Amino acid sequence: MDYSSFLQMHEEFSLLGIMVFLLVYDIFAGEKAMKYFQPLALILLVIHTIYNAIPRDAFSIAGGMFEYVPMQSYVKAILNIGTIVILLQAHKFLNEETNRIKRGEFYFLIFSTLLGMYFMISSGNFLMFFIGLETASIPLTTLIAFDKYNRKSAEAGAKYILSAVFASSISVFGMSLIYGSTGTLYFSDLATLITGTPLQIMAFVFFSVGLFFKISLVPFHLWAPDVYEGSQTNITAYLSVISKGSAVFVLFTLLIKVFGHLVHQWQPILYGLAIASITVANLFAIRQQNLKRFLAFSSISQAGYILLAIISGSAMGMASLVYYVLVYMFSNLAAFGVISVIEERTGKVQISDYNGLYQTNPRLSFVLMLALFSLAGIPPFAGFFSKFFVFSAAAAQGFYVLVFIALLNTIISLYYYLLIIKAMYLNQNENPIEKVSSDWAVKLSLAFCTLGILAVGLISGIYGQISLLSFGM
Amino acid sequence: MNFLSLFVLIPALMMAGLFLSKSRNQIRTVAAIGASLLMILSGILTYLYLTQRAAGNLAEMLFTSDTVWYAPFNIHYTVGVDGVSVSMLLLTSVIVFTGVFASWKIDPLPKEFFLWYSLLSSGVYGFFISTDLFTMFMFYEIALIPMYLLIGVWGSGRKEYGAMKLTLMLMGGSALLLVGILGIYYSSGATSMNILEISKHHIPMAFQRYFFPLTFMGFGVLGALFPFHTWSPDGHASAPTAVSMLHAGVLMKLGGYGAYRVAIYLMPQAAHEMAWFFLILTGISVVYGAFAAVHQTDLKYINAYSSVSHCGLVLFAILMLNTTAMTGAVLQMLSHGLMTALFFALIGMIYGRTHTRLITEMGGLMKVLPFLGVSYVIAGLASLGLPGLSGFVAEMTIFVGSFQHVDTFHRILTIVATSSIVITAVYILRVVGKLLFGAVQDAHHQHLEDATWYERLSVVTLIIAIVAIGSAPFWISNMIHDSVVPVLSQIIK
Repeated sequence: MDYSSFLQMHEEFSLLGIMVFLLVYDIFAGEKAMKYFQPLALILLVIHTIYNAIPRDAFSIAGGMFEYVPMQSYVKAILNIGTIVILLQAHKFLNEETNRIKRGEFYFLIFSTLLGMYFMISSGNFLMFFIGLETASIPLTTLIAFDKYNRKSAEAGAKYILSAVFASSISVFGMSLIYGSTGTLYFSDLATLITGTPLQIMAFVFFSVGLFFKISLVPFHLWAPDVYEGSQTNITAYLSVISKGSAVFVLFTLLIKVFGHLVHQWQPILYGLAIASITVANLFAIRQQNLKRFLAFSSISQAGYILLAIISGSAMGMASLVYYVLVYMFSNLAAFGVISVIEERTGKVQISDYNGLYQTNPRLSFVLMLALFSLAGIPPFAGFFSKFFVFSAAAAQGFYVLVFIALLNTIISLYYYLLIIKAMYLNQNENPIEKVSSDWAVKLSLAFCTLGILAVGLISGIYGQISLLSFGM
Repeated sequence: MNFLSLFVLIPALMMAGLFLSKSRNQIRTVAAIGASLLMILSGILTYLYLTQRAAGNLAEMLFTSDTVWYAPFNIHYTVGVDGVSVSMLLLTSVIVFTGVFASWKIDPLPKEFFLWYSLLSSGVYGFFISTDLFTMFMFYEIALIPMYLLIGVWGSGRKEYGAMKLTLMLMGGSALLLVGILGIYYSSGATSMNILEISKHHIPMAFQRYFFPLTFMGFGVLGALFPFHTWSPDGHASAPTAVSMLHAGVLMKLGGYGAYRVAIYLMPQAAHEMAWFFLILTGISVVYGAFAAVHQTDLKYINAYSSVSHCGLVLFAILMLNTTAMTGAVLQMLSHGLMTALFFALIGMIYGRTHTRLITEMGGLMKVLPFLGVSYVIAGLASLGLPGLSGFVAEMTIFVGSFQHVDTFHRILTIVATSSIVITAVYILRVVGKLLFGAVQDAHHQHLEDATWYERLSVVTLIIAIVAIGSAPFWISNMIHDSVVPVLSQIIK
């Protein structure tokens, strides 16, 4: 048997190489060499990202288990960039005395979830998909419960693993029904075999629950606020951007590749989920006092907007989806970056703590404001463009009512984003949060995100590149 | 790169300059130079436009240029101007210029104030020069969001409430608008979002019936269409002087301009069919706004409700769908923009001295503040339509135009709307009498100082503009008239 075709899995192998190298380095490096652990890991990840960002020709190996299409390179690159930004933001946290011994594990676990997402994205078979999904969620649980002596963190970990396992078991049940009705689990064969019998529709409903859970759509979102609040802020960022971003892309490709014939069944399902996610999450977000819970609900509603791109099922929809994830990554990570810095230095995460932040921390307030404006979809920031394209993709397929409801919701979302801006800029406070000093890594990450928010929308070439490789029904 | 793009570029450069400047003087210098450059630029533009037209250039839009931006969505960065946009650009330049001088002593955070102010003006300029639906919408939203911080940080009174209400209501309008724009684009089957291109396609009537009301109401929110006008009094009353000026003077005109350029131009059949419904709403705006102004005692509220009435008249005239009334509508936009800016500037200056805006607490200011007093009288006379000032020209043209309709419905509505002139006279004269004449009410007001040089500069510029339009209206009304004709030919077709 010829194993050389396996080497085509560039991304997976180079990430695996980095993981093994870091593990060995972590064990054998002396006190002095350990200082370079984080910079080294970051540099390796940057090289890995750049090397793998260039799309190659599509291929299929291992008898169709692993299927690569050029678009996946971009998606994986977005996930990589997001991970780099999050690692930069976690740099200080991991350098602390108490966390230094667990640093190797942190990196290893983050990279294994990333690897799991790679496999999930490139899977050509439901088994492969399931292995990827689990590889992505189980290390994530350990990361959520990373601070094991913190009650909230441990609780969040337990909550996540229980609900994640429950969701994936339902998903596996759905897969078994698919196998039962068609006799195969390969995506390429299923495309013609799934014709819309009642059993297959049931299988689809069960199967998709696992992904809806990952994307945290209403009504599968109940874990999100608690887990977001309990886990360490950088992990929260990882959950809300990377984990979600990979899942929406996989959902899109599966819907058009495998369940293409069921389009008249899944469109109404997604229609309802989109409206429920956006509306419910928006209404709950208004009432939140804790910023991390607030952003949990905000990211649920953002996921609802992404569904508008998925529902269109067109090539334009896929391009808007990938672009939306890219922009969402920049905006959300900028917001989480600011919150994590302030939480780490002062321990404050309540919205009322942010009153008068502008007086003491003008730069951090500015970055947070840009991020919130971008999330709310205000021009000339990138979020405006991504929202417009998503709406445009849905409107092109005639979903005007859905677009209208989503747009009405953007007003509600603008209201609660403005509440934060109001706290920072307008509200008076006798003793606001003192001046926070951020280290070079956080500064770099925030500068990078700000650049993304400002430039990605105005430079049309980025969207152009993405749309060249997108495909739809 | 077309020279029209300078209108967006200069405010952007102003922002960069402000970002780098350190002292208050540097900030003022940057703002003043930028605003003057914009003023000169719009002067040059008007001259070039008029010479082109005189030379017999009959193209619908002049100085057009087209750059592909987002090719997959057929989004282009397209600019071009006709007579209506030229006059709007002139208006914007005058108000941005005077606004800078009206906020010469803004406190606190002057740097941030002018940064947001420049962003706001770049949005307004961008809206007037672009002819692409997407870029138009983008600039529209750019112009809206700085308002929140401008009112929230630098405003007075119930500023947080006013700012939030204004932002959310206007964003609500833009949500309606976005559905309308997407609907227009996809149902027309056009291959670009350029307005001129879309106007050559026919949007099926079934779609027009949905998207015309959405688009018209979307712009109508900003144009103070009843019942969506409620943001205006609260927002204007709490905004700082220059922001009230820019907002009432220019931003509310975005509504009228957009309704004319997008809603009516692209969906003429639906406009014809549904005009009656919106005419009633605008008729209510006109009369109700005027009555509400009579009832108020806060100077800013009086002027804000008067803006509702006058801006309602703009939409009213546009919906009359004939050349005379539409020309009148654009003239009214110009005239109202200038005089309301003058009003707000003067109110800001009076408030800065007396620290009250209630007319019940002031009186006899003409004796202590003669310059501001006389200017206030001029603004008032322009508002109630005295011949020789801009208000007369505009309202006369509108009512003549709307009376050209021979049916009872239009005539009755016109008569009702005309009554607003009388009501306007009531509240203007009442305020002028109470505020300026009689005995000085408050002993502290005896020793107030009259306007400083920068205040005089701002006030005099506005008065000159008002008198210029009022006494020599023909060059500008001809310019507007020529550009309204192609829009109306869409309806007849």
